[in-house]
Amino acid sequence: MQHLFRLFVQRLALGLLTLFAVSLVIFLSIELLPGDVAQQVLGQSATPENLAAFRRELGLDQPAYTRYLSWFGGFLQGDLGHSLISGLPIKELIAERMYNTFFLAGFAALIAVPLAVVLGVVAALYRDTTLDKTINVVALTAISVPEFFVGYILVWLFAVELGLFPSIANLSEDASLGDRIYRTFLPAMTLTLIVTAHMMRMTRASLINLLALPYLEMARLKGASQRRLIVIHALPNAIAPIVTVIAINLAYLIVGVVIVEVVFVYPGMGQLLVDSVAKRDFTVVQTACLLFAATYILFNLASDLISIASNPRLLHRK
Amino acid sequence: MTQDTTPLLMMQNLQIEGLSEDRWTPIVKGVDVTLGKGEVLGLIGESGAGKSTIGLGAMGYVRDGCRFSGGTVHFDGIELTTADRETRRNLRSTRIAYVAQSAAASFNPAFKLIDQHTEFPVRRGLMSRKEARQDAISLYRQLQLPNPEEIGFRYPHQVSGGQLQRAMTAMAMACRPDLIIFDEPTTALDVTTQIEVLSAIREIVDQFGTSAIYITHDLAVVAQMADRITVLRHGSEVESADTASMLNAPQEDYTKSLWAVRSFTSAKKAAVSEGQTPVVSLKTITATYPGMGKPVLDDVSIDFHAGRTVAVVGESGSGKSTTARSLMGLLPPVSGGIELGGAPLAPDFRKRSKAELQSVQMIYQMADTALNPKQRIRDIIGRPMTYYRGLKGRQLTEEIRALLHSIELEPDQYINRLPSELSGGQKQRIGIARTLAAAPKLVICDEVTSALDQLVAEGILRLLDKLQRDHDLAYMFITHDISTVRAIADEVVVMQQGQIVEQGPKDQIFAPPFAPYTGLLLSSVPEMDPTWLDRVLCDREAKRA
Repeated sequence: MQHLFRLFVQRLALGLLTLFAVSLVIFLSIELLPGDVAQQVLGQSATPENLAAFRRELGLDQPAYTRYLSWFGGFLQGDLGHSLISGLPIKELIAERMYNTFFLAGFAALIAVPLAVVLGVVAALYRDTTLDKTINVVALTAISVPEFFVGYILVWLFAVELGLFPSIANLSEDASLGDRIYRTFLPAMTLTLIVTAHMMRMTRASLINLLALPYLEMARLKGASQRRLIVIHALPNAIAPIVTVIAINLAYLIVGVVIVEVVFVYPGMGQLLVDSVAKRDFTVVQTACLLFAATYILFNLASDLISIASNPRLLHRK
Repeated sequence: MTQDTTPLLMMQNLQIEGLSEDRWTPIVKGVDVTLGKGEVLGLIGESGAGKSTIGLGAMGYVRDGCRFSGGTVHFDGIELTTADRETRRNLRSTRIAYVAQSAAASFNPAFKLIDQHTEFPVRRGLMSRKEARQDAISLYRQLQLPNPEEIGFRYPHQVSGGQLQRAMTAMAMACRPDLIIFDEPTTALDVTTQIEVLSAIREIVDQFGTSAIYITHDLAVVAQMADRITVLRHGSEVESADTASMLNAPQEDYTKSLWAVRSFTSAKKAAVSEGQTPVVSLKTITATYPGMGKPVLDDVSIDFHAGRTVAVVGESGSGKSTTARSLMGLLPPVSGGIELGGAPLAPDFRKRSKAELQSVQMIYQMADTALNPKQRIRDIIGRPMTYYRGLKGRQLTEEIRALLHSIELEPDQYINRLPSELSGGQKQRIGIARTLAAAPKLVICDEVTSALDQLVAEGILRLLDKLQRDHDLAYMFITHDISTVRAIADEVVVMQQGQIVEQGPKDQIFAPPFAPYTGLLLSSVPEMDPTWLDRVLCDREAKRA
């Protein structure tokens, strides 16, 4: 147990280190972006004095490293800072958006993950048959089409032709759960179609790779049926690679929703990020990016821990 | 041996084909096997003889990419090659069971031993889970596993190889089958462990009157286990007879050649003259792996002289290969020193000069994995010649050809081949050639013949002996195989748990009185005499009493 705890602390430290490196990259890239907030806010007619005063007020006259330290230090303590443009606390700006994004991603994940694993198991079970090939072709087609296109096709089919779901996923803050599900159904479907293929193929490949191993031949020679072989004997040994891919895809669901949110006019983080870039609201942009990075790191940390927990060699030492 | 009139298993004209490069090629070419109730049949042959394929065929099972292409397998009246899946599946575990070569790879790493043991007795409704567990524990006890009450609740990686092999035999016994296929169950084990597993298997098979097919390439082992022996080659039967007559009076030339295989012994060499500087000398080296308290090598001193062979023997984990790794500078010793021609050699290989690196070279156990599959023989052998000796162009080609000659491979035929176009023995010859290409002084041979069939291995030993005389090479010969040591060694070093327990000239080490551990090691090597196992077990019993 002690050594598991050490592994956990190690991974956590590594995660924090990564977050620090990413924060540097984000901050420096934004420093390099052209454009001046003060000019943007005050307009062309602003006098140099006004511009200077404005910069002083927002702390933009400080050297880069001071601004970086106060931003990243604040972030670690939970203080996300203020928007350059509206002056509102970023926490307020983001909270609702963050919730929406997680809701959409969670909705999609709830469908996509079980679907992908089940399809992967089925494909492995009926490998090299028509069923396997059909699953593969459909999944690959879905992943090969650009996501906005998938989105528009779903809109055309379910919103325009069949009229089952709304084409725009605008939410009011006090929408009920049922209403939320109804309104986010199409974007969630779009995301599902995009992420399922990857996870499904990894599940199938990891299972089939294992089939050549002596202990699975042994299971067959003990008289295990195909289904028992795959589900009981092979699947527990394939958890690590499958979970890794699931983590990457879950992270993608949160980070990669930008386009889907734009297509469906969904009030999530992606929309906010796009708007803020357009408005040169750099503090919001960099904080949003860092939150995305943190999510990504968190998912990978979780997948590492699940992989460790699924491996008796690491869990039960000699 | 109670022999019923109807045999339990009858394979007639069994033919199995395998798919290779889009063509079905025969693996088993019409073999007949009859096995009575309670009988043990030994299947023996070299790799590629089709032993395992026949063994699996007896269960009505063929590996992926193989198929039954003719003949029949009757198990207790059921024809298995045409039976449907369900029927075949239901026979497994309950009536036919299998014990695989590597128990470590054949237990599922994700489950405890006892859960794997009880899976089928419970699923087939033969026992309740509780009964099955009780039964597993009593089988563990009968197979003399330590802590039988507790050992089943461990995961496979927490149990040693020999114990796993016994646990797997226990698992095969779980439903008390009529027939067990033992597929090289002791090949991966050390000799001292092998003896325990052999006696445990024999005892339990006797006790339950189980029929068995015992597959091995080791004649001495099969002599202990089988009532009858069938010799196979290239998928066909060579001959078949009861064990005694097979051992005493083999009929076929091929069988005789197998029996006579250990005929080679290197010529005796003159003793090392007083004061001669060794090529390489290990002086009281001690090595540890980072983070481990106990040293893996403890106070090891060995001298390697030009033109002589030092055989390092011991069981797995005794420190044989670690000694080589330390010598090579891969695991720098924490104390003690290494000398090359009397001058100190840097402990870490990164700090050694090119000439120093050149003088110690290594031949690996698995030629298969030690050769780059994408490189042609010309490049594999040519690279060390260019790197260490600066050979180029025509001179390089000539040298490569000369070297191929000396390892008895026709240059025109082999120089442009890829490793995949060679047999196992040929690959090992290339491994040897690559080592010689560097023109070393000391060659470390790490289990170089363990993965090879006996006839092929003998050829390799002869070649190594010839090369030693031609080039005045010093050999460090790492092996767990005592008969190889008898054939080729001048000096012997016996290691156990990272320490040298005995070292000296071969004649002295291998003649009585033996040091205790050396004696145990020597007495554990199976002999062709079918009464050997009984005799040894008896002796040991007597000593203990």
